Amino acid sequence: MIKKTDVVIIGGGVNGCSLAYNLAKRGIDVTLFEKKYLSSGATGACGAGIRQQWSTKENALLAIESVKIFEKLSRELDEDIEFRQGGYLIMVHDEEEMKQAEKNVSMQRSLGLKVDILEPDEINDIVPILDVKGINAVGATFCPSDGHANPFKTTFAYANAARKLGAKLYTHTTVNKIRVKDGTVVGVSTDKGFIKTSVVVNAAGVWSRDIARLTGVKLPNVPFRKEIMATERFKLLFEAMVISFKDGIYFSQQREGQIVGGIPIPGEKSGYKTMPTFAFLQHMAKTLTRYAPVLKHVNMLRHWTGFYDVTPDARPILGETPGIKGFIQCNGFSGHGFMISPMVTKILTEYIVDGRTSDILEKLSLNRFKGKKIDREMSVVG
Amino acid sequence: MVKKKIIVCRCEDLTLEDVEKAIDEGYIDLEELRKKLRIGMGPCQGRVCLPIVMKILERKTGKKIPKESLPKARPPIIPVPLGTLASEEK
Repeated sequence: MIKKTDVVIIGGGVNGCSLAYNLAKRGIDVTLFEKKYLSSGATGACGAGIRQQWSTKENALLAIESVKIFEKLSRELDEDIEFRQGGYLIMVHDEEEMKQAEKNVSMQRSLGLKVDILEPDEINDIVPILDVKGINAVGATFCPSDGHANPFKTTFAYANAARKLGAKLYTHTTVNKIRVKDGTVVGVSTDKGFIKTSVVVNAAGVWSRDIARLTGVKLPNVPFRKEIMATERFKLLFEAMVISFKDGIYFSQQREGQIVGGIPIPGEKSGYKTMPTFAFLQHMAKTLTRYAPVLKHVNMLRHWTGFYDVTPDARPILGETPGIKGFIQCNGFSGHGFMISPMVTKILTEYIVDGRTSDILEKLSLNRFKGKKIDREMSVVG
Repeated sequence: MVKKKIIVCRCEDLTLEDVEKAIDEGYIDLEELRKKLRIGMGPCQGRVCLPIVMKILERKTGKKIPKESLPKARPPIIPVPLGTLASEEK
């Protein structure tokens, strides 16, 4: 292994690989360590959705700017990441939800996003198989430029492009220690040896809190197991991702024809368990066939588990750690790390290379949990 | 031997040529190869293709892959209609 590097990234998910690419593009010598294989954590279990309809301004901005990057990403990285814009249809079930939806839409529009509030009779124009009455929809919001991409292919495309620019990516390599001297990062110990560096980025997903603990820093992140399923492939019936905050369900039909979707199991507790459960399958099948009764004839193929790395306000922790110079956080994505990764890593690159900070970085720093009032993201599913 | 006519994965219609090309591109980790090509994500869940892919990978890299590192099969064992899963009867 090499002896020194400008920046060490811990974690080979989409954010780690994207950051490696962005830093390498700026001529930075960057080294990434992944304890398993690339995309082995949350990225590899991701539902693939890309949504700009958020309730907090920071998440909406990160997503809107990320979509602009996603639109050109296949060309920039010279690999197809299968990005498609079929829109996100968010179901609204009652007055209270409608009030929140109106508030969200007005904030999103102020950021330049094209998003509409639909009447119940307009919903089937977007997704014809939905039983609008059966799910008691009083309306919906729809943003046509939302969509999805292939998280594995995106991660591999970033990794391949990063390697071409000289970045070193070590898989099956575990970080044991982060060496800090006089409040400044000086190096990282791995099971393959020690490497000198002045910057370490913690992009280890649900294992980020363990990485932070190596320096004595306590992150408020909690791992939540999530389940997700895929059906057999069939004729394309709709293009939008359908989600409901009230029922917690999300599902879309991928271009190849399979439906991919998930829902939380009621009463599920935090933890690192990874066994899929029958309770999920039943709850998902019941809810999905209530949303779209015609799907009862479709075969469910397989289901799997992944993790949400959840923070107290369901927003990521980004930027330099108070008290440790050179220790950068890039975690706590709470289930939406894939869709905002292009902008997150752009902002972090500007901070690491140019020392440039931004309003978003300040709002999403670890410091925010010291205050009493937190601005919680309301629009979370799955 | 016509590599583009030898089917390795029936679910995804992948040939020996497709698999060898991905390995040559650097996807030498069985899990990364699986995610790149969607091997084992179809109705057979890898029962047909994964042992074959493992052999190809071992032949190309000269490294033995331990059996326990094979990707996990996911429930259910065979495809089940959503309507059956949604029904109350056990």
